[in-house]
Amino acid sequence: MSFESFAEFIDMGGHGLYVWLSYAIALVVIVSNIVNPLMHKRQIFIEQARRLRREKPKS
Amino acid sequence: MADKKWMPRWFYQLASPRWCYDITGKLLPFFAIAAVVMLVAGAVWALVFAPADYQQGNSFRIIYIHVPASILAQSCYMLMAVAGAIGLIWKMKVADMVAKSCAPIGATIAILSLATGAIWGKPTWGSWWVWDARLTSMLILFFLYLGIIALNSAIENAQTAAQSTAVLALVGLVNIPIIKYSVDWWNTLHQPATFTLTERPAMPSEMWVPLLVMVIGFYCFFAVAMMLRLRNEIIQRERRSSWVRDLITG
Repeated sequence: MSFESFAEFIDMGGHGLYVWLSYAIALVVIVSNIVNPLMHKRQIFIEQARRLRREKPKS
Repeated sequence: MADKKWMPRWFYQLASPRWCYDITGKLLPFFAIAAVVMLVAGAVWALVFAPADYQQGNSFRIIYIHVPASILAQSCYMLMAVAGAIGLIWKMKVADMVAKSCAPIGATIAILSLATGAIWGKPTWGSWWVWDARLTSMLILFFLYLGIIALNSAIENAQTAAQSTAVLALVGLVNIPIIKYSVDWWNTLHQPATFTLTERPAMPSEMWVPLLVMVIGFYCFFAVAMMLRLRNEIIQRERRSSWVRDLITG
């Protein structure tokens, strides 16, 4: 471990803002790149299911 | 596609959207687990256990995001250009879809590289941004991604859009060696590459091993993000085929 206490860990030797901001942006980029296509997939399935119901010939 | 089958069998299987949909569905969980394990372990290692740099102190820990993001942004571009070329030459629809899926991921990863670079530059160089060769060529990479996304969405016909973006991506490929050698060709503030194929890293192993873990983690994350987008693209383009219909109703 490179830190004596939790406060020191958060402070990062005075560079806390820079370090934590970098990791926060990375988290946002990674999570959004996974969540976006998953939500898109849901939307595609809903739309296509609706289209199939509409196009089904009435018997 | 050519009549003579002179490429290995998997190459032709890859050309089948349905086969691709099935195989990516099987591969996804493995890459997802690998990405989570590597990124979490790598981040904890990087933030808590890796030693601080004797010159830069703890701001050095930004390297564990900055370097993997920069490597990935360039690899993603190369994959996009190669997939685009395969689509141009063999008229392979799946290759076009791979190229299209790469662009938005690459753009966000390029932003991550630029943003973490700027944040690291402030405490280290005293400036968020300098018009240095490495930084400028990386910014051009980001603009190339934006141009490719814009061009692709501006053209209605999927095949024409894929062809135009593939050509643009191939032209922009010239930027990749410029990024790589920018630190050697011009005087620069930016430090040279951390990893090279021929030499051991200049930093001690307690520093570069977690970095390697993060790089592999980022690649696994990219595989997951790309396959998710590719699968969406496949379902949308193949929506008229019976197997997609069964997938949606079933």
